[in-house]
Amino acid sequence: MVILKAENISKQYRLGLVGTGTISHDLNRWWAGIRGKEDPYLKVGAVNDRSTKADSDYVWALQDINFEVQQGEVLGIIGKNGAGKSTLLKILSRVTIPTTGEIKTKGRIASLLEVGTGFHPELTGKENIYLNGAILGMTKAEIKAKETEIIEFSGCERYVDTPVKRYSSGMRVRLAFAVAAFLEPDILVIDEVLAVGDAEFQKKAIGKMQDISKGDGRTVLFVSHNMAAVKSLCTRAIVLEHGTTVFEGETDEAVDFYLKERKISDKIDYSRLSSSNIEIKSINVFAKSKSVGQPIYMDDDVIVKVDFFKKSNDNIGLNIRIKDDSENFLFTHGSLNDIDNSKDIGELSYLIEIPKHILNQGEFLLDFGCVIGKSFHFIEENILSFVIYPENKELGSYMGKSKGVFKLKLNWEKC
Amino acid sequence: MSKKDDDIWLYTISSKRKLIDFNFKEIWRYRDLLILFVKRDVVTVYKQTVLGPLWYLIQPLFTALTFTLIFNKVANIETGTVPPFLFNLAGVTIWNYFSTCLSSTSDTFKSNAAIFGKVYFPRIIVPLSIILSNLMKFGIQLLIFIAFCIYYYLNGAEINIKSSILFFPFIVLLMGLLGLGLGMIISSLVTKYRDLKFLVSFGIQLLMYVSAVMYPLALMREKLPAIAWVVEYNPLAYVIETARYMLLGTGDFSWFGILYTVIVTLVILMLGIVIFNRTEKTFIDTV
Repeated sequence: MVILKAENISKQYRLGLVGTGTISHDLNRWWAGIRGKEDPYLKVGAVNDRSTKADSDYVWALQDINFEVQQGEVLGIIGKNGAGKSTLLKILSRVTIPTTGEIKTKGRIASLLEVGTGFHPELTGKENIYLNGAILGMTKAEIKAKETEIIEFSGCERYVDTPVKRYSSGMRVRLAFAVAAFLEPDILVIDEVLAVGDAEFQKKAIGKMQDISKGDGRTVLFVSHNMAAVKSLCTRAIVLEHGTTVFEGETDEAVDFYLKERKISDKIDYSRLSSSNIEIKSINVFAKSKSVGQPIYMDDDVIVKVDFFKKSNDNIGLNIRIKDDSENFLFTHGSLNDIDNSKDIGELSYLIEIPKHILNQGEFLLDFGCVIGKSFHFIEENILSFVIYPENKELGSYMGKSKGVFKLKLNWEKC
Repeated sequence: MSKKDDDIWLYTISSKRKLIDFNFKEIWRYRDLLILFVKRDVVTVYKQTVLGPLWYLIQPLFTALTFTLIFNKVANIETGTVPPFLFNLAGVTIWNYFSTCLSSTSDTFKSNAAIFGKVYFPRIIVPLSIILSNLMKFGIQLLIFIAFCIYYYLNGAEINIKSSILFFPFIVLLMGLLGLGLGMIISSLVTKYRDLKFLVSFGIQLLMYVSAVMYPLALMREKLPAIAWVVEYNPLAYVIETARYMLLGTGDFSWFGILYTVIVTLVILMLGIVIFNRTEKTFIDTV
């Protein structure tokens, strides 16, 4: 049974400040409405791409989104920052309405957007459980029935009669998540809540989430950057990009599509990598003693080379972050400790060598940023990806990929 | 999808707006939230204060005392047979209910933006809870007023409680609804035009002077006939005048005034609900 159906959902936002122009636009809209005409500002509006400067005052955060959700399905919604995920969730959770189109639903939707919404610092933990539960749509009787379970899950038994303002931030999050976890809506909307609490609590939270979606057969819409979580929880996924659906299908295919989409590896947008202090000319990843573009094998030393133009006499550090294809950070290295360049101005080239037999075969992502002083001057994520291919092995040895992102040259010895 | 299937949708999130979209069933479903909000507002206001709920009493008492000194002792406003302090206390108590209802509901969207931006519940729950929690505060203040009435009565003051006092709850309701209606209109407009925020705080002050709080309506007609119409067209003046008539037996009672007030209140309330309904759906984009 289709429990939720989105038809041609679009959402338009006004850019810039709401100021004196607002009244005249409002009047224009109103006048058009009276004459039975369409809103004149619906025709304008640019596709939502953060990096390009807009030529219109209006922007489409979402454009013609269509999807259906079956009962009991766990649908993943994935996309880059600014792809429109949060806007979609806001519409789904009835915080705002779409500019055009409609969503029909056969069940109650409750959202777990950001836990702890509506906590009152002066009220005790127990009082806040009731208040928060009611805000999320539970009745008093429902909360009462689950009170002990909620308190137990949060692990805050000792503090339930203490005002929440005395709680540590971790305790607050635990309590809030506990309330939300015991919600029983027909459709649950979850946005990135897994990024809260300590490791132990995260494990508990993911476990609970799995229970909700798998055990209880609840319909769940799950938005996350964590591809591993999406893969383990979702049955189907849609990929959003610049406010439109670019892919809809099986989770694994969707994740692959998203990861591929994300890596616009060949063309780095250098305009984002320049400022009044430094201008990055090129960043290349290649195998030592080979040229750029040739495949890198596991037994090659990997070189990351950066050519740049330094304009000021600040000590500027270059920073790389290497990530695996699910965007887990593997390691980071900055140049500040290695090179002091406060006296250098002009064309410079730095390189860093990642020795062979460290990275396993597979695809890796590179974040690049510049550091001045103790903070990032700028940092761009996933500017580049590179693939490490398996080294040539002797015939007969294991040809598959061994597990893990690292493949070190280690040795077992008799002793 | 067949026609019949379409009918069973529980609700639709759509760009189309109806003029009045007032879902009583849903508000009823959230009644526990309403009660909890009222409880929160009442309990937390004076947390970590020494005097606690006594503050509910201090404010009207001192205002009434100041009014008595300035308007009655210095400016010699006549309050008839009723002791001036009692006259002022009645006015201030009722006025306070209206003004706190108005000023706190008019802030609904802005002060709840964080919560409204995360979860859905019928937004009208918030202004309703403000009206109710202020009603409790008003009840406490009314008790202290009654205590002073008894005190003055025992000391020989002339207080004629009319039988129409049975309709006093109706007057309070009228006051609350008027505050709610105006507050909802203003709160909706404030989301876009912040100018109104400044207007409200000093507008309420000005409004008090034309609402017959510290003088009888008749006195205005007598002393300033040229601009008495400002007060006479102000429904609040009738509410306060009528309330004083019921509680203390002073001033005029006019059926015309009551009818006029009821009509104005209903119009403002309806307008408030319509505007509030339109705003609650998209305000998060503009706030």
